[in-house]
Amino acid sequence: MTQPVRNDYRPTEAEVARLRDRAQFVRLETIRLIEIAKVGHYTSVFSAAEIFAALYYDVMSLSADPKWPDRDRFLMGKGHAAVGLFPILAELGYIPTEVLNGYTRLGNPLGDHPDMRKVPGVDFSSGSIGHALSNGLGMALGGRMQGRDFTTFVMLGDGEMQEGQVWEAAIGAAHHKLNRLVAIIDRNGYQLDGAVDDVMGIEPIDEKWRAFGWEVHVVDGHDIAELTALLRRVKADASREKPCCIIARTLKGKGVSYMETEPGWHLGYLDPVDAEAARQEILSKVI
Amino acid sequence: MTQANLRPTSPNSWHYRELNMKNPGLDHLSNGLITLTEAGHPIVAGSADLQYSNGLNRFAARYPDRYVSFGISEQNMVSAAAGLATTGMMPYVATFASFLGLLTCEQIRMDVAYCALPVRLIGHHTGIAMGFYGTSHHATEDIGTMRSIADLTIVSPADGPQLEAAIRASVEHDRPIYFRTGRGREPELYNSKADFVFGKAVEHAQGEEVTIIACGLPVHPSVQVAKKLAAEGRSVGVIDMATVKPIDRDAILAAAARSKVILTVEEHNILGGLGSAVAEVLAEEGGPARLVRHGIRDEYALIAPPTHLYAHYRLDQAGIESVVRDIIG
Repeated sequence: MTQPVRNDYRPTEAEVARLRDRAQFVRLETIRLIEIAKVGHYTSVFSAAEIFAALYYDVMSLSADPKWPDRDRFLMGKGHAAVGLFPILAELGYIPTEVLNGYTRLGNPLGDHPDMRKVPGVDFSSGSIGHALSNGLGMALGGRMQGRDFTTFVMLGDGEMQEGQVWEAAIGAAHHKLNRLVAIIDRNGYQLDGAVDDVMGIEPIDEKWRAFGWEVHVVDGHDIAELTALLRRVKADASREKPCCIIARTLKGKGVSYMETEPGWHLGYLDPVDAEAARQEILSKVI
Repeated sequence: MTQANLRPTSPNSWHYRELNMKNPGLDHLSNGLITLTEAGHPIVAGSADLQYSNGLNRFAARYPDRYVSFGISEQNMVSAAAGLATTGMMPYVATFASFLGLLTCEQIRMDVAYCALPVRLIGHHTGIAMGFYGTSHHATEDIGTMRSIADLTIVSPADGPQLEAAIRASVEHDRPIYFRTGRGREPELYNSKADFVFGKAVEHAQGEEVTIIACGLPVHPSVQVAKKLAAEGRSVGVIDMATVKPIDRDAILAAAARSKVILTVEEHNILGGLGSAVAEVLAEEGGPARLVRHGIRDEYALIAPPTHLYAHYRLDQAGIESVVRDIIG
């Protein structure tokens, strides 16, 4: 059940340290797994590492059974960041370590995008950008019809705002007053062809979501304490009568300095020498 | 008389919300779903602003908490139905086949079939049933698009009662299903209380000169044609391939062993549809029977009232009879 959370709630220093450590774990594992695949989306994970950590290690209600009907749900519109999710699912015991270590190899269930048929703990498959908010809308409807209290979190890319279906779902979720649906926009500012604002501008996104009937919050997506506190408050707020959109202001490639300034790193590969240097940089920083 | 009191006086006048009364064939979709809901199945129905066109208004009135209005957002509807299915609900979502089979094709592939979720998609007013509404509302490609999607079952009922029987049977079918249905005015051939078996063709007649393999609307006229020709001493078989995928290979091969010619009849482009599916079986496994495909010949249909189009494209009884006579002489 949802527990009340005070508006001034802040995680303790110990909790913050633990969550920082888990976000760092997500970044390090991403580097390790992409060494296996020899190509991957480092920076798409790095911008969302704190979001992953806050949700899976603090906010979401989960159980040892990945099919527990009352669990909170997590969907990724930006499915190409799944390489950051898989290590978490392995740590939660949903995926055997040897499967994680065979990432992308022939016949392994783990590829660049998450597949719910093959991977326990993946709440919905993705890869085609723009579907996930609709999938989450359906889950929130299903939860309400069955009297279940779970929250459905849908992480969306900022470039994803260019997909028309996102706005179909935005209208629909507001119309049906799906207050247990939470969209988290990873506003890292970049997509494949360059800056989102140059490729196809999406601002003002806060005003757009408000106009579509959503409650909107803006947060620093790397401030793990603020982010966690906000997510907890949003999940616990039983008085909200509309869906909720969190715009997480993030930095694409956060944690590896040269990735933060070069949009080309949306997709790439680090040779073991560079991977080790990137690992050391991540280990040396407190984000 | 004041303006406010003006009402149509002729019983021939009608408006959209009276489609059910005008068109009792539309009742079968809701009938099937109401039966399932009454039996305790977690049914949820949804439509994209067409509840009076597909008759789901009757279900919505009966179970308002189990009906979802999606507005004109077909892609959102299909993806949301998939999300609903993950929570244990059994979603049935309906819109025009032209939109379901083409506009939402990718959502069906990614969110429904690839995820193997028990979502039931009902594409209604398929083929050229929308007549003079034109190509945007015609669905002569939907078998082709849906057939190439793995793990998706395709059912093309010949009439409302067969649809109702298939809807009832669908709760026991653990695969996603695409129902390709008409506009609710098809002459009735079946009993809605009969059992529907997925993957099993219905043989109406056996014939040595030609066997018609049809699905959907052309099944009824094909049966009539076979009866008429039988009275003339001709031997014409008819198979209703109500499940287009997985196709009943045994029924095709048995017909091909018995008949000189297999004639497929469909309200669909002959490329990619039932004719193509039958051709694949015959090419791989069939005997000496020749195949003739009849349907829309890789073109966009003309504008006309539906009955005029069926006559023009030789998909009504007279048209199918003429096609058969062309073959058997």
